[in-house]
Amino acid sequence: MHWVGAVSILCMILSGWAIYNASPSLPFTFPPQLTLGRWLAAGIAWHISTMWVLFVDGIAYLLYGIFSGHFRRDIRPLGPRAVLRDLTAALRLRLPHQLGHYNAVQRLLYTGVIAVICLAVVTGLSIWKSVQFGWLTDGFGGYPIARGIHLAMMFALLAFLAVHLVLVAVYPRTLLAMILSTPRASESETAP
Amino acid sequence: MKRPPALTQKQLAPELNTLQRRGLIKAGLSLGALGLLTGCDLSTHAGIDAALWAMLRFNDRVQAALFSPTRLAQTYPASAITKPFRFNAYYEEWQVREYDPDNWRLSVSGLVTEKSAWTLQQLAALPQEEQITRHICIEGWSQIGQWRGIPLHAFLRRIGADLRARYVAFKCFDGYSTSLDMASALHPQTILALEFLGKPLADEWGAPLRLRIPTKLGFKSAKNLQSIEVTNTYPGGFWEDQGYDWFSGT
Repeated sequence: MHWVGAVSILCMILSGWAIYNASPSLPFTFPPQLTLGRWLAAGIAWHISTMWVLFVDGIAYLLYGIFSGHFRRDIRPLGPRAVLRDLTAALRLRLPHQLGHYNAVQRLLYTGVIAVICLAVVTGLSIWKSVQFGWLTDGFGGYPIARGIHLAMMFALLAFLAVHLVLVAVYPRTLLAMILSTPRASESETAP
Repeated sequence: MKRPPALTQKQLAPELNTLQRRGLIKAGLSLGALGLLTGCDLSTHAGIDAALWAMLRFNDRVQAALFSPTRLAQTYPASAITKPFRFNAYYEEWQVREYDPDNWRLSVSGLVTEKSAWTLQQLAALPQEEQITRHICIEGWSQIGQWRGIPLHAFLRRIGADLRARYVAFKCFDGYSTSLDMASALHPQTILALEFLGKPLADEWGAPLRLRIPTKLGFKSAKNLQSIEVTNTYPGGFWEDQGYDWFSGT
C-alpha cells in the first residue's frame, strides 16, 4: 500500500507541475522535462488518471489504519513534551531507531503527512468540481483560495519527502521493512 | 600445522541464503522501477497514450454522473466582477476576427425541426437572462464576469431540437469549435450570450454571439458563434481533439 501510494503521489506531484506551469500563480515554473505530461492537456490526463489510484489506495490505507489499530497504536501523536524529548535526542544522534516502532517525532510527521494528503485530495476535489461540490469549495473560502491550498499541500508533501528520504538514507534497513511490510517490534529485535 | 577455518561453509549457509534472497528482491525492485520509469518517460508511447485517453473517457462518464442538471453555479454581486477582464483565446488579442454585421447569421442543423438561420435582430428579440458567474480556465486561473443572453434550453426548444440527442456542437467563425453533452446544454445557466458587462459583445469578447456555460471550464464557452448542431455523433472540439478532457465540468 505504501508503494502504490508513494508512486501515485509522485505522479500527482509531477503531473501537477505540468498543470501549474500553464498558469503559474508563483513567480517561477517547474522544468518541463521534470513534469509528467510536459504540457497542460497531458498533465491533466495524468492527474485525473492517477488520482483514482491514490484515491483507492488512500481509502484502503485509511480503513486499514483505523480498523487494524495501526493509527491508534503506532501513528497517534504523543504530545508536545514527547516530541521535544525525541527531537532533542534525534538531533544529538542519540535516538535509537527500532523497526516497527515510531518515535514521537515520526508519529507527528506521519500524522501530519496523512492530514496533508487528505487535504490535498479534498481541495483537489473542490477545484475539480467547484459547482457540483460548491459547498466544499465555499468551505475553503472559494475557488482561488482552495486552489492556493492545493498548491501549498504539494509543497508540504515535497518538504515531507525530503525529510523522509534523508532519514531512510540514514537508516537504510528501514527500506527493507517498507518494501516487505513492517515487522513487529519483537521480530525486529531478534532479526540479524 | 594447519589451522581450522574460523568459519565453515555450513556455518555461513544461512547468511549466504539471506544475501541471495536480498539480491533477488533487489533485482525485482529494479525491474519494477524500470517499468515505472519507462511509463513516466514515454508519454508519447502509443500504449500509454491509449491508456490516458481511455482514462479521460472514464472520467467523462464519472463527471456526467456527478453533474446535477439543477445545481446552480454560484452567482456574485456586480462589485465582485474582475477588472480588467482577461482576454483569452487560442490566438493573441491582435488576431481577433471582426464580424460582419450585415451578413452574420447563426445557422442551426442536425436533429432540429426549424433549420432556418437566425439574424442578430431575431436573436435579440428572444427572452434574455443575466448572470454574474465565475469563469474558470482549465489552466487554473479564474475571473468573474457578467453576461446576458438567451437560455440555451429555451433556444433549443424554440428550434425544435431533439432533446434526447446526445450532443450539441458549436462552430465559430474564428476557427474554434466545441461541444456539450445535452444535460449540460439544458442547464438553466447555459446561455447564448449577446452582452458582456451590460454592453453588446465586443469583438474580443466573442461578438456577436457566444456561449456562456458556468458549469464547465472556460474553454467550453465558445466565442464568435457561427453554427449550432444537435447530433448523436461525438463532435469533439478544437481543444478536445488535442487531449483536453471533453466533459470538463466544474
